[in-house]
Amino acid sequence: MTSKRFVLTFPPDATGEPITYNLIKKFDIMVNIVKADVSPGKIGHLVMEMSAPAKVLKEGLEYIRQKNVECEPIDKKIHYREDLCIHCGACSAVCFAGALTMGRKTAELSFDPDKCVVCELCLKSCPLNLFSIDIG
Amino acid sequence: MSKKRSIEEINEKIRNGKAVVLTAEQVSAMGKEMTPAEMMSRVDVVTTATFGPMCSSGAFINFGHTTPPMRMEKLTLNNVPAYGGVAAVDTYIGATETAMPHDNYGGAHVIEDLIAGKDVLLQASAKGTDCYPRTEIKTLINKSTINEFIMFNPRNAYQNYNVAVNSTSKIKFTYMGTLLPAFGNANFSTSGELSPLLNDPEMRTIGIGTRIFIGGTTGYVAWNGTQFNTGKPLNDHGIPVGNAATLAVIGDAKQMNTQFIKAAYFEKYGVSMFVGIGIPIPVVDEDMARRVSIRNSQIETNVIDYGSGNFELLGRTNYKFLFSGEITLNGKKIRTAPLSSVKVAREIADILKKEITEGRFILTEPVALLPKTKGLNKLEVRI
Repeated sequence: MTSKRFVLTFPPDATGEPITYNLIKKFDIMVNIVKADVSPGKIGHLVMEMSAPAKVLKEGLEYIRQKNVECEPIDKKIHYREDLCIHCGACSAVCFAGALTMGRKTAELSFDPDKCVVCELCLKSCPLNLFSIDIG
Repeated sequence: MSKKRSIEEINEKIRNGKAVVLTAEQVSAMGKEMTPAEMMSRVDVVTTATFGPMCSSGAFINFGHTTPPMRMEKLTLNNVPAYGGVAAVDTYIGATETAMPHDNYGGAHVIEDLIAGKDVLLQASAKGTDCYPRTEIKTLINKSTINEFIMFNPRNAYQNYNVAVNSTSKIKFTYMGTLLPAFGNANFSTSGELSPLLNDPEMRTIGIGTRIFIGGTTGYVAWNGTQFNTGKPLNDHGIPVGNAATLAVIGDAKQMNTQFIKAAYFEKYGVSMFVGIGIPIPVVDEDMARRVSIRNSQIETNVIDYGSGNFELLGRTNYKFLFSGEITLNGKKIRTAPLSSVKVAREIADILKKEITEGRFILTEPVALLPKTKGLNKLEVRI
């Protein structure tokens, strides 16, 4: 079983096809919607975790892309300039999802994009402005 | 009678490459198993460090004179206002200064850019005088074109600091970072057992003239810092609980390194500057051996509500809990997060340890001691 978070970007003219429903029903992919911002006539975004055997997940992703919906792993959409990080920990204060954590022994920040819920609080909390999100 | 050793004896060992130098964290670990007498016989110097946001920071700059000369009255550096109320081409740029209230580029960024060797835009105006006829200037400066670039920080290296929480139902953006509603997190900002003034709480060895590491180079303690307060209650381990003593520090910013001076922006609060400070503490007697072996579990501080606006004291915790990632306040568990970087503080303590071990950093006797008793005045609104 592979579990991964993806950002789906819907074009403004996306068809009414129920993509999430089909992922569950036709592909048997376990879907957990983390964040959704989809409105008619606008570019929409859906952040979701998909869990399935690797082969099934691959088929599901192909299906999404066939429908003209962009689908990228979340770590491709969230940028953290780790090389400039001073490991102060200010971002870990707001990351209730546990994606940004401080090592107890190392005192270093670690970032696990697969726990990110795209709340965007880290963007405002990093005193060095090292986070950016390429959604919307 | 307990043994003593002078700073001069320690320096002789340093010059001969024989001094045993450890970081405050290493000594804290040793202190669990050794008596102060044993510690004293094994360790000569302990290095302490901190790397946190310190708003009360800035730098003096002398630009050099133009021909014809000018007495700069209103001036900006990369559009950030700098102080024009000193002599003709001297200024002080404060770390927190910004052109507009919500700018995320400020004095600290100017300082960091200059340290990095970048060009900075200087613009100034003046009324013009008989001796200083020029009235306008617009030019680029950098650290090699200016005469002096002296970092002078009126208040750094706080001895202990509050833990900030937020009791309200709204998110708060403060100088203690982002505070989630309903006690969603607790933010703290010292390096605990590694922090300079927590390892010499009575300031017996750290005083005016003490040679220190600042921003990647050698500097000095210039004076007591502003808001220096000896009035905080001491806990059972002789540690003041809450914000207490502070240091005013000075160093040659031209020699500094942006690894240890970092401009910062705190959402809706403004600009600040991370300053890297390292202070060596000579183990002159058993009392100092006991002091430097202080552990995070023995250092306590106050938990304060930064959300409600009246800074209510809510409880007390210690740094062992704070660094564990969770404290308990009135039965509720709260996630904790640091704002000062222990990782960089460790790097500083290690650099200082290496420099002393290799005989390149000699310790100093304080020229004068810091105040033994000093309280804080409140500002009364009298009109």
